[in-house]
Amino acid sequence: MSRLSGGLIDRSQRLSFTFDGKSYSGHPGDTLASALLANDVRLMGRSFKYHRPRGVVSSGSEEPNALVELRSGARQEPNTRATMAELYDGLIANSQNRVGSLAFDLLAVNDLASPFFAAGFYYKTFMWPKAFWEKLYEPMIRKAAGLGSLTKLADPDDYDKGFLHCDLLVIGGGAAGLAAALTAARAGARVILADEDFRLGGRLMAETHTLNDAPAGDWIAALEAEFDALPNLRVMRRTTVFGAFDHGIYGAVERVSDHLATPGKAVRQTLWRITAKRIVLAAGATERHIPFANNDRPGVMLSGAMRTYANRYAVSPANRVAIFTNGDDGHRTALDLMAKGVEIAGVIDTRTEAKALGKYPLFAGAVVSNAKGRLGLKSLEITRDGTSHWIEAGALGVSGGWNPNVHLASHHRGRPVWDEASLAFLPGTDLPPGMVVAGAAAGRGTTHGALTSGAEAAVAALGAIGITAALPDLPRAEDAPQAQSAFWHVPGKARAWVDFQNDVTVKDVKLARQENMVPVEHLKRWTTLGMATDQGKTANVTALAVMAELTGKTIPQTGTTIFRPPYTGVSLAVLGGGDTGAHFRPRRLTPTHEWAKSQGAVFVEVGQWMRAQYFPRKGETTWRETVDREVLATRAGVGLCDVTTLGKVDVQGADAGEFLNRIYANAMASLKVGMVRYGLMLREDGHAYDDGTCARLAEDHYVVTTTTAQAGPVYRHMEFARQCLWPELDVQLISTTDAWAQISVAGPNARMLLERIVDGFDISNEGFPFMACAELTVCNGLRARLFRISFSGELAYEIAVPARYGAALMGRMVEVGADLGATPYGTEALGVLRIEKGHAAGNELNGQTTAQMLGMGKMVSTKKDSIGAVMSRREGMVAETRTLVGLMPVDATEPVTAGSHLFDEGAAQKTETDLGWITSACYSPHLASGIGLGFLANGKDRIGQVVIAANPLQGQSVRMRVVSPHFVDPEGGRLRD
Amino acid sequence: MLIPHPLLGLRDAQEFTYLGDASLIHRPDGMAENAAETFFDYVYLRDNPAGVHRELWFHEQGDRSWLVVTRDTTTHEILGAELARDVALAAKGGAQ
Repeated sequence: MSRLSGGLIDRSQRLSFTFDGKSYSGHPGDTLASALLANDVRLMGRSFKYHRPRGVVSSGSEEPNALVELRSGARQEPNTRATMAELYDGLIANSQNRVGSLAFDLLAVNDLASPFFAAGFYYKTFMWPKAFWEKLYEPMIRKAAGLGSLTKLADPDDYDKGFLHCDLLVIGGGAAGLAAALTAARAGARVILADEDFRLGGRLMAETHTLNDAPAGDWIAALEAEFDALPNLRVMRRTTVFGAFDHGIYGAVERVSDHLATPGKAVRQTLWRITAKRIVLAAGATERHIPFANNDRPGVMLSGAMRTYANRYAVSPANRVAIFTNGDDGHRTALDLMAKGVEIAGVIDTRTEAKALGKYPLFAGAVVSNAKGRLGLKSLEITRDGTSHWIEAGALGVSGGWNPNVHLASHHRGRPVWDEASLAFLPGTDLPPGMVVAGAAAGRGTTHGALTSGAEAAVAALGAIGITAALPDLPRAEDAPQAQSAFWHVPGKARAWVDFQNDVTVKDVKLARQENMVPVEHLKRWTTLGMATDQGKTANVTALAVMAELTGKTIPQTGTTIFRPPYTGVSLAVLGGGDTGAHFRPRRLTPTHEWAKSQGAVFVEVGQWMRAQYFPRKGETTWRETVDREVLATRAGVGLCDVTTLGKVDVQGADAGEFLNRIYANAMASLKVGMVRYGLMLREDGHAYDDGTCARLAEDHYVVTTTTAQAGPVYRHMEFARQCLWPELDVQLISTTDAWAQISVAGPNARMLLERIVDGFDISNEGFPFMACAELTVCNGLRARLFRISFSGELAYEIAVPARYGAALMGRMVEVGADLGATPYGTEALGVLRIEKGHAAGNELNGQTTAQMLGMGKMVSTKKDSIGAVMSRREGMVAETRTLVGLMPVDATEPVTAGSHLFDEGAAQKTETDLGWITSACYSPHLASGIGLGFLANGKDRIGQVVIAANPLQGQSVRMRVVSPHFVDPEGGRLRD
Repeated sequence: MLIPHPLLGLRDAQEFTYLGDASLIHRPDGMAENAAETFFDYVYLRDNPAGVHRELWFHEQGDRSWLVVTRDTTTHEILGAELARDVALAAKGGAQ
C-alpha cells in the first residue's frame, strides 16, 4: 500500500534497504518496522518455541515479535527490535529463528506438537530416560531454542564509557519529560534529559492532539530551539536509562552510531554513569493487549502503535483495519486512521454501553474470538451474546489499557501499587531516593496531565535540593478522561497468547494454576512468562490479571511483578566500554623492556607486567636450548636479569623496626644497619603469605621487597596494619616498585663485573659480605642501592638505580662484562636457577602452605607478637608433616610434572594415601635431568626413598627419588665466597 | 556507590577495595595467655547483620586511607565514613 499523508518522515530522500535479501525503500525518520509496513511486509519473525509467523506488535522498545538480525558480517547483531532500528541507506536485516524461509519455517512443526510443549514441558518431558539428557535432549533443545545467531566474529567497533553529573536527571522526552526539563533548565539547574528515541516528543508525535490549538510539533520545535540555547541542559537522544543504582547513580546507553551504516571514527555506543541529585521518571506507559484465540497473527498489533505508525510514520499496516478495545482509547485509533483515509472494518468494544465517536461500524458488548490468516491477518471472528460472525480486515489494533512504565521506580525493590480506578500498577511510595514520577508513568497520561505533572515534579525535585523553580506557562492541551473496563482476555479453547516472545498462552497460565504455581514468582518460572528479551513488557500485567481471574482473587492479592535492571537489553560490548583486548587492563613495562626487545627477547605476561622470558640467539631452535644456555652461563660466568617487578616498599620512621617485627614472622628490629634479612610474612590465620628481603639502610629506614604477584596486596596489608592495627607507631610507608629499576647480577663473575661500575666502593667479600646492603653511586655518580642477596644460589647481587637509568645500566653491564660472560637471562632461567637452589616462590607460597611446610617453622618467633604467629601454632598446623623436598626421576629421561601427586610405590592412588604433590618442575641443565620441588609427608625422613609421582590427567606414573631441595651447592658456599 | 571520604569528599566506590567487618581493627594481644581463643574469634567469627554494618574500605586508587564506613546492608545507604586510623586511636584511648 502507499504511504498515508503527513508524518515525520522526509519524503525528499529515499533510503534503500534489504530484508531477507529483498530490496525495499523508506525515508529518513522511518524505523525498520515502519519502513517494512510501508512496503506491505507484515510478517517479520518467528516465535521462540512454536515458530509461529509473527508481525510487529508495537512501535517502541517493548516489541516482542519483530526481532531481526541487523547488519552483516562482523557487525551483525541478533535480536534487534525492528521498532528501534532507525532506517539508514543500505541497511541489511534478516529474519531469525527459522529453518528455511520466513514464510515456510521447517520448525513450525513444533506448533503442531504444541500439546507436548506446554508450560513446564522441559521440567517433565526431558526427565527420562536420564542418559538421553546430555546426548539427545539438550543438544536438540539448544539447536531449536534461542533467537538470533552470533557470527562469532570480533566486533570491529569502538565503545566508550563516560561519567556525567547533574542536579536533575529527566528520564523520558515525552510531554512530561519535556515540561520537567524546561522547568528545571530555566531555573538554572544542571539538567540531563535522556530519551531512548531519536526524536523528542514521545507520544506527542504519535497523537493528533494540539497544543495551544496548533500541532504539537510546533511546540516541540520551539522548545528544542530554547533547549539548544541553554548551556545547563544536556539533551541526550537515542539514550536509554536502563537502571537505577545506589546513591543516585543511573546507567545509560547512548546509541551514538547505531543509526549509521558504520560508525566511522565515532564510537558505536557509550555507557554513561550519571550521578543525579534528583530524578524525574517520565518514562510513559506501555499499552497492553487482550489475548484471544490466534491473537498472534501478523497484523494484530497494539492500537496505540497503529496510531504511531499512522501519525508519525504515515503508514497503516493494511487498507482495511479493525479495532478491538475495552475502553475509549481504541476509538481514537479508529478516528485517526479514518482521518488518514484508512477503512475501518469495525470497532469491537467489550462494553455494552460503548458509543461510536465517528462514522464506523461499532460492535458494542462484543469480543474478537478468533483470527485467520497464518502469514498475515485476513479475517476476524466477532462474538456477541453467544453468536459469531466473521469480518475481513488486514490488521487489528488491540487496546487493553496502558501500563505505566514503573520499571526504574522498582529497581530498588520498590513495589508498584494497584490502582483500581485506572486499572494499572502505579509507582508506590518506596521509590529510589530522590526520584519523582510524572506523566503517564505516574498514571497521569492525558496531555495536560503529563505536562503539568512533569513541571510540578521538577519544581518539587529541585525544591528538595534548594533550587527554586517556577512553573512555566504550559500550552493548552487535551485532558479527556479515558473510560475503560476491566476486560483481560477472551475465554476460549484455542490458544490465546499472553507473552508473544516466549510463547506463553492463557492455557499455560491455567496449567500453572493446576500445578499450583500460583504466586507470580512461580508463574513466571513455570511458564517462562516475561523471561524473553522484552522482559514481558506487554505481557506481565495481563498474565497476572488472568491468574487473578482463574483463582477468583483480586489482582493485588495475586501479586505484583517488580523489575530489575536493565530496562532494555544492554550489549556486553558497551558494558566493556572499550576495555577489551590490549585495553583490558594496564600493561606495565619494565625499565629494560625496550632494551630487551632490541635483544630479541620473548616476553611473558606476569600479572600486569610484561617480562623478558628468554633471549633466543641465532641458531637456537627451541626455548629450552636458550634457557639451558642462560642457566649454564649464569652458573659459569655472570647472568643479568631485570627483577624490577618485585614489589618494593619503603618503610621509614622511628618505629620502623618495631612495625616490621609485627609484620614479619621473624625478627627485623634486630637487623643491623647495612644488612639484609630474608623475611616471611604470615596471614593472620597462620598460613604463609609472602616472602622477600628486608634491607636496613638506616636506623629508621628499611626497604622491603615482596613477590611480583603480591606487591599490591602486601602493600595494602601493610597499610592496614599501620593505620588500623598500630596507628600509634611512628612509621610511614610508600611503594617504590616503579621508582627503582632493579637488576640481578648473579654468577661467579658477578663481583668482578660490579667492580667495573661502582664508584670506588669496596665490594670485596670482607668489605661487603653476603647479605650486606648499601647506598652508593655507580657509573660516575649515578645514585644506586646494592644488595648482596641471591635467588640463584650463586654469588649474586641486586643493584637498583632510578627507573629511568635501568636500560642504560643493563646495557653498560652487558658491555663491560662481555669478557666475563655477561649474559641476560629471562624469567624461565630465573625459575630454573631458583628450583635448582630449592628456593620457594609463588608455587610454594600458594596460600595453602605454612612456614613449617616450607622448612621455616623455627623462623616464626615466639618472643614477639606478629601477624599470624598465634594461629600458626594451632594443633592442626603443628601436626602437619608435609615438608619441602626435592624430587628427581629415577630414570632421568622420565618427565617431572608440576601438580602430580605423590604416593608410596604400590599404594592405591586415592585421597587417603596421598602423600603430597609437586609444586614446581623444570629441566636442570646442571644435573641433565628433570627436577622438581614438592611437599611430601614426613619428607625429611624420606630422603633417598622412592615415591610415585602420579599425573592421571596425562597417564603419568613416574618413580621419583626424594632428595634435598637444594640441588645446587647445598652448603651455600658459593653465595658466601 | 559513593563513599563520603572524610578528607576528599564523595568518591566513587570503584576507587576503593573492600575488606570487611571493622572489628578487624580490634586485634587481640598475641602474647596474652588466652591468645589462642581470642585469635580464633578475631580471625573467624563475624557478625553478618541485615542493617547497619561498620566495615573497612581502602582508598587504593586514591589517597591510600583505610576508612571505616557505616553502611546499611539492606539499602546500601552510607551513614558515615571515618578514617580508620582515628577509630583505632580512639579505641586505644586516644594514645598518639
